Amino acid sequence: MGNGSSKETTPRKTGKATSSRVRALLRRETAARFITGAALALVVTVVFAIFGYIIYRGAGSISWEFIFGSPKDRMTQGGIWPAIAGTLWLVALTALFSLPVGIATGIYLSEFSNGSPFARFLHVAIANMAGIPSVIYGLFGYAAFSIALGFQKSILAMGLTLACVTLPVVITSTEEALKQLPIELRRASLALGATKWRTTYRIVVPTALPGIITGAILGLSRAAGETAPILFTGVAFFAATPTSVMQPSMALPYHLYIMATQPTVPAPKIVWGTALVLVGMLSIISALAATWRSRRRRKLTW
Amino acid sequence: MVEELSGTFELEDVSVAYGKEIAVEHIDMMIEPRSVLALIGPSGCGKSTLLRCLNRMNDEFGSARVTGRILLDGQDIYENGYSPVELRMRVGQVFQKANPFPMSIYENIAYGPRTQGVRKKEELDSIVEDSLRRAALWDEVKSSLKKNALQLSGGQQQRLCIARALATSPEVLLMDEPCSALDPISTEMIESTILELKKNITIVIVTHSMHQAARVSDRTAFMLRESMERPAGLVEIAPTVQLFSKPLDPRTESYITGRFG
Repeated sequence: MGNGSSKETTPRKTGKATSSRVRALLRRETAARFITGAALALVVTVVFAIFGYIIYRGAGSISWEFIFGSPKDRMTQGGIWPAIAGTLWLVALTALFSLPVGIATGIYLSEFSNGSPFARFLHVAIANMAGIPSVIYGLFGYAAFSIALGFQKSILAMGLTLACVTLPVVITSTEEALKQLPIELRRASLALGATKWRTTYRIVVPTALPGIITGAILGLSRAAGETAPILFTGVAFFAATPTSVMQPSMALPYHLYIMATQPTVPAPKIVWGTALVLVGMLSIISALAATWRSRRRRKLTW
Repeated sequence: MVEELSGTFELEDVSVAYGKEIAVEHIDMMIEPRSVLALIGPSGCGKSTLLRCLNRMNDEFGSARVTGRILLDGQDIYENGYSPVELRMRVGQVFQKANPFPMSIYENIAYGPRTQGVRKKEELDSIVEDSLRRAALWDEVKSSLKKNALQLSGGQQQRLCIARALATSPEVLLMDEPCSALDPISTEMIESTILELKKNITIVIVTHSMHQAARVSDRTAFMLRESMERPAGLVEIAPTVQLFSKPLDPRTESYITGRFG
């Protein structure tokens, strides 16, 4: 700080050098902002295009009759209620079979496995399970549930097959949601004399519940939209609204597929209407989940 | 009536190893009931490791192995069959970073007693009030017990954590640098709480601040790891006034006069 004169000159010099360096940095900042922003704009456009087009093509078909009626005139007219009901049944059964097992497995992996070799093996197995093409699940489901367990072509066999598709998603998202919680939370509970299990079900799981539910909804949405796993295990070209889980049934994605691939049936209205109903159902479910989650999160952190 | 003082720790040749590496070695000390013991020393000297032995929190995380004997009121807490869950109800802990549960203030305090099986509302109510009073937080939160604990300020959160630990009526309270993230006013409030609490319970506090050790503790233990090749150990334990005025060990003197650490 002593000699003022040399201090006088140096700042101007470095100031000049710095400002051109800063300008270069700012240019890069602008470029990064532009590129990432453009990518976002592209994604938003695609999303809006998909939704917009489905709504544009499908909205005209939506009516009371279309949603709550049955197909008529060799499926060229009428509604899609049997397919909607079939999909609702499938989602319910899939949830029933996959959520308890999947969430419990996720809890085990995150809280109790302590990185044992068995847990590492499980991770690999679950990652592989998530990578299996869904048509293979269909084949397995047919062999295991339809034939070996004798459920034949039924909602039960389809629900079990879809549960297998959903399991890895539920397990992984549960485990991730639990692992995100700070270790201090668990320590606080253990230090108060709570057992590990009490810590898990009173503190850890309730805190991670929003994340767990998000994963569950994601998995179930995927199950609701799958066609291949139900192809061999009980989905029907045409069936009445199901009254028991032992019957085959229609389902929205498969209905969409057959409607779109029957050259003799000129029914684009039904195709786009079905697409809109399927997308709408899934959107409503995720919107409800998101609302509940954000309300809960606000309660948690604010 | 002669009441036997509970909350006495005796450590006999205690060593802690993580995997193959020995972290702390040959600790012998006596922790007297209803007093404050401060553990001081530079970072990495094993203060926190030693503290976590006293409520067996080392059991839960990592692969810490404890050898030697740690007696609480004459009973070896590492003995087979001694339950760490029961131990932790007698030996509470307050952590460096306040870690309230993401629930209401009331639920935070009631969690420990509920774990112990207290169910009656009136009983829980009185435990909650009593614990908050002892942690000097009652007046600030009595009208908002249903508020989420995470809405409190940092200093209030830490006092909440103290109240939560007190709610299980422990005989010993372990504090691991409880004020290191707090402003001076909050620190002062916690220090005066400590002085109040020691009338009834034993407190072991790890601190980086020698001033804090001097202000709150009756006895101070100085720990040191002299080189990375050797485990840390206890250099000296003495009444706080004596340790800071005329330390017996030259290494203690170097540390408290600020020559290293």
